[in-house]
Amino acid sequence: MTNLIILPILIPFFTAVILLFIRKSVTVERIISIIAGIAVVIVSGLLAYDVLQNGVYSYNLGGWVPPFGIALVADSLSALLVLFTSIVVLVCLLFSIRGIDEIRTKFYFYPLVYFLMTGVIGAFLTGDIFNMFVFFEVLLMSSYGLITLGGSKAQLRESIKYVLINVISSAFFVMAIALLYSVTGTLNIADLSSRVAEVGQPGILTVIAFLFLIVFGMKAAIFPLFFWLPGSYAAPPPVITALFAGLLTKVGIYAIFRIFTIVFYHEPQITHLTLEVLAVLTMIVGVIGAVAYTDLQKVLVYNVVAGVGFIIFGISSFNEAGIFGATFYLLHDMLIKAALFLLVGAMIIITKTSSMHKASGLIKKHPLVGWSFLVACLSLAGVPPFSGFFGKLFLIQGGFEAGQYFSVIILILASLLILYSVMRIFFNVILGEENYETMNEKVSIKGLLYPSMILLFLTFIMGMGAEAIVPYISDATETLLNPELYIEAVLKE
Amino acid sequence: MHPNDVILQTITKCLSFIIVIFSFYVFLAGHHNPGGGFIGALTTACAFILISVAFDIETVRKMIPVDYKYIMATGLLIAGLSGVGSMIFGENFLWQTFDYFDLPLLGNTELATALLFDIGVYLVVIAVVLSIIFTIGEEH
Repeated sequence: MTNLIILPILIPFFTAVILLFIRKSVTVERIISIIAGIAVVIVSGLLAYDVLQNGVYSYNLGGWVPPFGIALVADSLSALLVLFTSIVVLVCLLFSIRGIDEIRTKFYFYPLVYFLMTGVIGAFLTGDIFNMFVFFEVLLMSSYGLITLGGSKAQLRESIKYVLINVISSAFFVMAIALLYSVTGTLNIADLSSRVAEVGQPGILTVIAFLFLIVFGMKAAIFPLFFWLPGSYAAPPPVITALFAGLLTKVGIYAIFRIFTIVFYHEPQITHLTLEVLAVLTMIVGVIGAVAYTDLQKVLVYNVVAGVGFIIFGISSFNEAGIFGATFYLLHDMLIKAALFLLVGAMIIITKTSSMHKASGLIKKHPLVGWSFLVACLSLAGVPPFSGFFGKLFLIQGGFEAGQYFSVIILILASLLILYSVMRIFFNVILGEENYETMNEKVSIKGLLYPSMILLFLTFIMGMGAEAIVPYISDATETLLNPELYIEAVLKE
Repeated sequence: MHPNDVILQTITKCLSFIIVIFSFYVFLAGHHNPGGGFIGALTTACAFILISVAFDIETVRKMIPVDYKYIMATGLLIAGLSGVGSMIFGENFLWQTFDYFDLPLLGNTELATALLFDIGVYLVVIAVVLSIIFTIGEEH
């Protein structure tokens, strides 16, 4: 058991390294990557189960006791996020068997995905703020590779913006860490939390908190810092966008969760009020974009922005229901965003266009695509039998308990517009007269559909079987609202 | 038109050896003195770059007839396995130790397992530098 926590980081790392050696034989590469993907799902499932049974688990790298060494910490939130990350990656790998061309595969698609996975899982599990920065860079470097992979004109143009924005935000990250280190003299998150609690978060620490908000807000695409996301996410092939939408913004949100519930929670009337305002603006901007565009990928990309707004709103409520709703919605959002991008990827392969008005009537030849997309839309909007419902229900409850009535109304209206934006795709592209470029040919989408069906099935389970996963998420909420549980597990006084 | 650079080539032949030996020294000194895997690898890569300037890239390719990406992957593998190795002995990941051994010629020498990790870093950095420079250099 003792080494279980390190395995979700080590397996993707070694898989990536081994895949570098066997670049020429695509089939072997696929077999190895899928076996490794299944192994990570199993290992992280065991880790999540273990954390629920035995509470927060911390692991000292190299045997150095924190705060002197680097600690890996698995509480319920990070263990669940690791599990969902591995599921999303596995599903995207299954999609990529048919969904990505041979050239891209040969130029290190699979190693890049696995290095991305190493970075994401490492960022979720680390208990050290500088180590978190390093894992952020690991995942960003791989995402630079993935976003340019193939080298089409749009990809190169958008990757310049993407790299530039992320280099700047990484520089801010280092500055914020340097300031925090100069004030507190430690980098371990648990130790930071207790030292900030000792001095009661004076002005300078609130300023540093805002600097972290800028950094993680840039990664998570919250309101004034989301401008890079729509272009960058629409450029690469759908499977890469599905990975990005499912994982990358979520890492930024997770970091906001960690920093604002465990370290900087002493001045909520400043920090959490700002979070609320930014969350509401993010929702508004997200739905405006989602309603405005007629390009399939653009609509979904703006839905990613709006989803970030919902989750940040839950953190800003800062009570049990709000944090619970935010955690539930975060997990649901990872699955459903990946599912939507994979479904739209399949639709683009059928219609050969990503415009909403150039194709219609898919349902006659491809009924399964149509109905899966409808299920995904309903789940995204939060219709009761699916998982989106419970997250939003608790977000609304948390908002009312915290007295954020106006923001809750915006949240409900935003959900309505999100439903409108995706149902517009359903009515225009799926229903209607049969009219698209390849309608007389037999387009094979064998192998492209079942990965998103797996995700839809899981969101259905999450909705219907909410009883079963509520204990896990309540456990995560409890740790987030009681930082002393986290601190005791790491520092073990 | 090829300029006659016999002086450059002759000096390179002597100098590259000195640079490589110095880089090994820096690499091995890392545990107690300034130096280590990263700077050692950069210095070694400098020697190869000097050769490629004085002669041409093909000469270096003949000296290291392996794809640099495999060297990079090997380095990552060594660095990763040096961390996993400690788990076999029931210690945490990346745990390290050292001991003194009587080696022939060198006498009583301190050998640390951190050196294994550094060998990995050394290989990765050399391979990355050379593949960046030669990938850019070859495209005309």
